[in-house]
Amino acid sequence: MSTGGSTHPAPILTVSGITARYGHAQVLFGVDLALAPGEVVALMGRNGAGKSTTFKTIMGLITASTGEIRFDGRDITRLSPFEIARGGLGYVPEERRIFTDLTVAENLEVGRRAAPAGRQAWTPERLFAIFPNLAEMRGRQASAMSGGEQQMLTIARTLMGNPRAVLLDEPSEGLAPVIVEEMAEAVLRMKDEGIAVLLSEQNLFFAGAVSDRAYVIEKGVIRYAGSMAALEADESVREAYLTV
Amino acid sequence: MDLALLATQALSGLASASSLFVIASGLTIVFGVTRIVNFAHGSFYMLGAYLAVTIVPWLLEFERSPLLFFAGVLASALAVGLFGVVMEVLLLRRIYRVPELFQLLATFGVVLIVQDAVLHLWGPVDIPGPRAPGLRHAVEIFGQRFPAYELFLIAVGPCLLGLLWLLMHRTRFGILIRAATQDREMVGALGVNQAMLFTGTLFLGAFLAGLGGALQIPRLPANSHMDLTIISEAFVVTVIGGMGSVPGAFIAAVIIGLLQAFGILIFPKITLVLVFLLMAVVLVVKPWGLLGRPDPAAGRAVLPEGIIDLKRFGRREILVSAGFVLALLAVPVLGDSYKIKVGIEILVLALAAFSLNFLIGNGGLVSFGHAAYFGIGAYAAGLLVTGPLKLPMEAALVAAPVAAGLAAALFGYFIVRLSGIYLAMLTLAFAQITYAIFFQWVEVTGGDNGIVGVWPSRWAGAREVYFYVVAALAIPAILLLRHIYYAPFGAILRAARDSANRADAIGIDIRRHRWLAFIIAGAAAGLAGGLYAFSKGSIDPTMISIAMSVDFLVMVLLGGIQTVTGPLVGAAAFHSVKDFFMPLTDFWRFFLGLTIIGMVLVFPRGIVGTLEAWRSRRRTEGRP
Repeated sequence: MSTGGSTHPAPILTVSGITARYGHAQVLFGVDLALAPGEVVALMGRNGAGKSTTFKTIMGLITASTGEIRFDGRDITRLSPFEIARGGLGYVPEERRIFTDLTVAENLEVGRRAAPAGRQAWTPERLFAIFPNLAEMRGRQASAMSGGEQQMLTIARTLMGNPRAVLLDEPSEGLAPVIVEEMAEAVLRMKDEGIAVLLSEQNLFFAGAVSDRAYVIEKGVIRYAGSMAALEADESVREAYLTV
Repeated sequence: MDLALLATQALSGLASASSLFVIASGLTIVFGVTRIVNFAHGSFYMLGAYLAVTIVPWLLEFERSPLLFFAGVLASALAVGLFGVVMEVLLLRRIYRVPELFQLLATFGVVLIVQDAVLHLWGPVDIPGPRAPGLRHAVEIFGQRFPAYELFLIAVGPCLLGLLWLLMHRTRFGILIRAATQDREMVGALGVNQAMLFTGTLFLGAFLAGLGGALQIPRLPANSHMDLTIISEAFVVTVIGGMGSVPGAFIAAVIIGLLQAFGILIFPKITLVLVFLLMAVVLVVKPWGLLGRPDPAAGRAVLPEGIIDLKRFGRREILVSAGFVLALLAVPVLGDSYKIKVGIEILVLALAAFSLNFLIGNGGLVSFGHAAYFGIGAYAAGLLVTGPLKLPMEAALVAAPVAAGLAAALFGYFIVRLSGIYLAMLTLAFAQITYAIFFQWVEVTGGDNGIVGVWPSRWAGAREVYFYVVAALAIPAILLLRHIYYAPFGAILRAARDSANRADAIGIDIRRHRWLAFIIAGAAAGLAGGLYAFSKGSIDPTMISIAMSVDFLVMVLLGGIQTVTGPLVGAAAFHSVKDFFMPLTDFWRFFLGLTIIGMVLVFPRGIVGTLEAWRSRRRTEGRP
């Protein structure tokens, strides 16, 4: 948990100076961040700081006004979301966006993509081993699931695309403590599988339990970058940008 | 009533229901995924019928076998499916992100183009199709003879429902369609190429429409009106069933089929009114239809932005406008009788278009059936003058806006309960019902022939004088409406347009204000219709047709939706061009269709909108 980032190889995802706006309102003012293969990084910040907008911009759901996003050596700044997803970047939205009309198995089917050569593909069975709750309800319509179960399903759905990195937007939000623990295990399991994870969080305990490094964003600007351990130790940064 | 009659009525109702479902299922699937209400779906249906009456007889020359008959039907449907692919790639792909109004207009442009193409390829005469070999006989049911082909059609509906269910639940393509119906952006973020999915969906939808048309040929000759006839029925079915829901479309089709079959026994003249009542009741109880779901994009803007900054006229604008009005008023003095006629028509159409943009640009309420109120005004005036009452013109011109306002109050009561595309479809459905009533009620309205002898009072009989009558009513009406734009009432409508939730939260009764706006706009259009009737001397149902509603929309679009004065300029420009070019070409609809599509793709701001953008850019560049 204290690798600090310096020993990692070349990053798989690099975000350089992106700005983004909703209509006339600018939300991001030059965000820089990087994610190395197999690393878990937390993007911390309060509500409205720009975490979700950063993720949506990386994913191509919002087009960056300026700046560059590179994934796996390729410029993806102007690509459409489906091309970015096919390139190996998975996205788990904050609102979960489960297809509630579809069953659990059908939700997984929507996310299914062939694995790159030489890697073991995720299958519903492998995912059910990690998320045992889902196995019991594979035929159930997703609208009949609890919030925590839906959160597990949305992660499983993204993994079905065999991504090399995943953007995980507020995974612990609104979940019961027991489920948050399960979620932390799931993130660590993804890390074990070699998947890099960039997660946005407000919950320092959750982020601290799973992340190697952290960024802190405030009003669309990165205010802090460093190891998770250093952030946990740095009261002044937490006071300024994280506590409500 | 005896059992045999009831049974055969029920069966023929079910046969119609099946046919309707085949078409409506395609429309609802395409809407679910693309969120585009595809007017051209009726054109797909018509193309299916025309292709089938061409292909099937050719195949039956080889051998009169049922197999070849249905092979021909399927081939026609597949060809139409490919046409749908072409339309998706060339047009729809470019307009998924444009506002709904533009999407509707663009697909209507395709309707116009296909209409002219069909007329020139197959001619204006109806073409009867061959009957299906093996299904030509009649079956005896309770002592009544019933055509075997109708029984076959009854089976088609449930079979298709089953096949579609399998497609939607057992294939990846179907699962993706269902997922995209709920959240297409998320489907894209999971790596699915939406373009391919949409193209496939259009193929399926067009195939189903073509199949519906091709299956009709033994019972209905291919004709050039079948596109718009079926599309309004298919709209009603999808709205009642819930847009995007295939089972909902099936249920709605069965209800409507049976309602029409039995309604005709009880109220032979007003079966359409029954359908309308059913739709109104369903929408009031379940605004998203029987099996529909609240549209996640319902709050999405129908327009990118309506009229935003209402600038007061500066000294220059006042001078320019006054100059225009004076020049217009000089037309009878300087111009010949043709110019006076055109001047009258422009004044009338300008009032109608202005009242339409009061709803669209200012209120965000896309009315696709504004011709209904125009036509009701025209018919009210015409019937009062020529009918048993023989009222004078003056009274008729008072009655025209009152009648149209009352109709707008009745229809608007239901319409303002909806929003976005559902609202647009409901306005269209009401307009079509109005059209059907005036078209079918021959004893009173003269049906297709209309009414002649609608002349002004003697003192206003001279064209010059009537011009000033029109000017004296239309110009103040326009100024009054313009005044409302700037009044608090106009501001409230804009607030409700931009954020219905926030307007609601500060205590604005949105429905009531929108209802009132509907009544005002309807009455203004009715006045225009009344004035138009006396200028032409006759009335006919084209004044209430979809084509007329689209003309009004084109005037608004051409002038500029985001401007107050645009519709006036648009009406003048559109009518002048139409009056000049229409006699010169046999392809007027074709060119109009292309023009509409072109405007949507490259010129969405319209004339005045473009001028204003150009002026404001020059002003900012001029600054140091």
